[in-house]
Amino acid sequence: MPVLAQADLRLDANPLDYILLVIYFSVVLGIGVMARRSVSTSLDFLLSGRSLPAWVTGLAFISANLGAIELLGMAANGAQYGLPTVHYYWIGAIPAMVFLGLVMMPFYYGSKVRSVPEFLRRRFGTGAHLVNALSFALAQVLIAGVNLYALALLLNLLLGWPIPLSIVIAALVVLTYTTLGGLSAAIYNEVLQFFVIVAALLPLTIVGLYKVGGWNGLVDKLTAKGAGEELNAWPATELTGISNPVLSVIGIVFGLGFVLSFGYWTTNFAEVQRALSAKSMSAARRTPIIGAFPKALIPFIIIIPGMIAAVVIPQVQALNAGQDPGGITYNETLPLLIRELLPNGMLGIAITGLLASFMAGVAANVSSFNTVFTYDLWQDYVKKDRPDEYYLRIGRLATIGGTIIAIGTAFIASGYGNIMDYIQALFSFFNAPLFATFILGMFWKRMSAAAGWIGLVAGTLGAVVIFVMADPKLLGVLDLPGQGASFVGASVAFVLDIVVSVVVTMFTKPVPEKQLGGLVYSLTPKADRTHSTTGDDAGWYRSPALLGGGVLVLTTALYIIFG
Amino acid sequence: MAEKGHKAGLFDLRLIIAVLFGIYGVVLTIVGLGFTTDADLAKADGLNINLWSGLGMLVVAAFFGVWTFTKPLVVPDEVPEAEG
Repeated sequence: MPVLAQADLRLDANPLDYILLVIYFSVVLGIGVMARRSVSTSLDFLLSGRSLPAWVTGLAFISANLGAIELLGMAANGAQYGLPTVHYYWIGAIPAMVFLGLVMMPFYYGSKVRSVPEFLRRRFGTGAHLVNALSFALAQVLIAGVNLYALALLLNLLLGWPIPLSIVIAALVVLTYTTLGGLSAAIYNEVLQFFVIVAALLPLTIVGLYKVGGWNGLVDKLTAKGAGEELNAWPATELTGISNPVLSVIGIVFGLGFVLSFGYWTTNFAEVQRALSAKSMSAARRTPIIGAFPKALIPFIIIIPGMIAAVVIPQVQALNAGQDPGGITYNETLPLLIRELLPNGMLGIAITGLLASFMAGVAANVSSFNTVFTYDLWQDYVKKDRPDEYYLRIGRLATIGGTIIAIGTAFIASGYGNIMDYIQALFSFFNAPLFATFILGMFWKRMSAAAGWIGLVAGTLGAVVIFVMADPKLLGVLDLPGQGASFVGASVAFVLDIVVSVVVTMFTKPVPEKQLGGLVYSLTPKADRTHSTTGDDAGWYRSPALLGGGVLVLTTALYIIFG
Repeated sequence: MAEKGHKAGLFDLRLIIAVLFGIYGVVLTIVGLGFTTDADLAKADGLNINLWSGLGMLVVAAFFGVWTFTKPLVVPDEVPEAEG
């Protein structure tokens, strides 16, 4: 990330704005204190005691992903690429979320595993488990570090706080409520954060649209300045960096829509953990599907502000035209627009929304890191068979340790202009092969334990090779300037994982069938895969299949309107 | 432990949302009505966004408040399952 100090982005925040900010963070900390009373076991702390209703876990499910990088990065993409950015939300999330709820959740929730790596341990044994638990824990502290660094930069930029001080204050707030209240506090705050972000961005979008003359005015203004691709979702050749339109669409559908998206949404424990904390199988299955509805609609208040900035903010116009933007990058699109459009009062809400999203992002990373560390690394490999209070204490210590490491890793993010590239690279390293292994493992009972970990390693290496070949700062032999490199890397990882897993399985012994009940489709009785439809799970509107179908129809309709 | 199930009281997330947005809504509405300058209004071509956002937040607060009181959350006091 380039240094932004020259550009003056200071927001004109007055005491009123600070009061609104302080009110929010008092509530956040209050939730931590109150949630502490409900924590008496490690399962309470790390999985909310599996007690939460579906609307809470569903909103937390998308909120955990609605971190700062997501917000600033997607608004930046909106300013740079326009409407094609919706692919990250629609094809790049909705089908995978529905698939997770309908197809995979019965195995995750039904097998009573406490984490995604634990599923791999039960299905494939130690090898795959270690590979995944270690890479996940590493990725989470790295991403938490990225989130913290971005937060500190923003605080510095907008309010003039020194960067080290911002990092410490933000980390302390997150640390306080996650250490006290565990996952419940993190999830409750994620839901609160969701509403605050909407409360910040919806008025911003309304003011912006009002100013440019509504949606039609925006379209006219973008057309007038010669926008080509920015007003159509397809074929998004600028976004992918793949100049052939057909290959670009394939890259989006297969690379983003299938491999990256399914890899992220269905196997990333920071997401799946929210569903595992639901109170019943039905609620767990509905979690990602309920989350999919706001996920389908939220690009309107993230991407449209980016597009508005492309016509009302001179610096962003300069960036679009390839001129000197005066020290601004696309990542500052959202703060610039907030400064331009919102008066004191709403300004405080907007700052609160941005900071809330940063902190909730860090909290999601930390609260999934501590679970994997406690259950999958410490309990499995370091100290087995201790009383539960011991693991509760380890969970709290892991939260503190993870936050401290995150502070240290905050500066790894500094070498990259567009933060999304960095995060996508990480995802394609770890997540893309994971989905291949899961889907093979859940539906092919013959797949062997050795194939589990060798496939994962081969796929991850494949993604790393593509990344090194495509990065201009490294080898730069593949010409993929946009975000196509991560799409291709993820696809290569996926295919390699499948091929290697199948070949290795042919030469190794299968896992004994009696160990695979509840984990593999053909060896799980139908009764164990179905959810109850009584009590709190009754009613047609609580049917996961119906809700899932509904959100797919909604997304298709959106594509038809904005395609 | 004593009774079988008690109301979640203050720690019902819906109530927390209602209170937060209630406060925000009142503050923004007042600011929008009485303390928004012409310069502020000019930023948005005359749209009083503080006022409208404040009113919107009051509606959200009312929704969650009504939901909380019409369907109170009951927390079961069962003994948690022993784990691991």
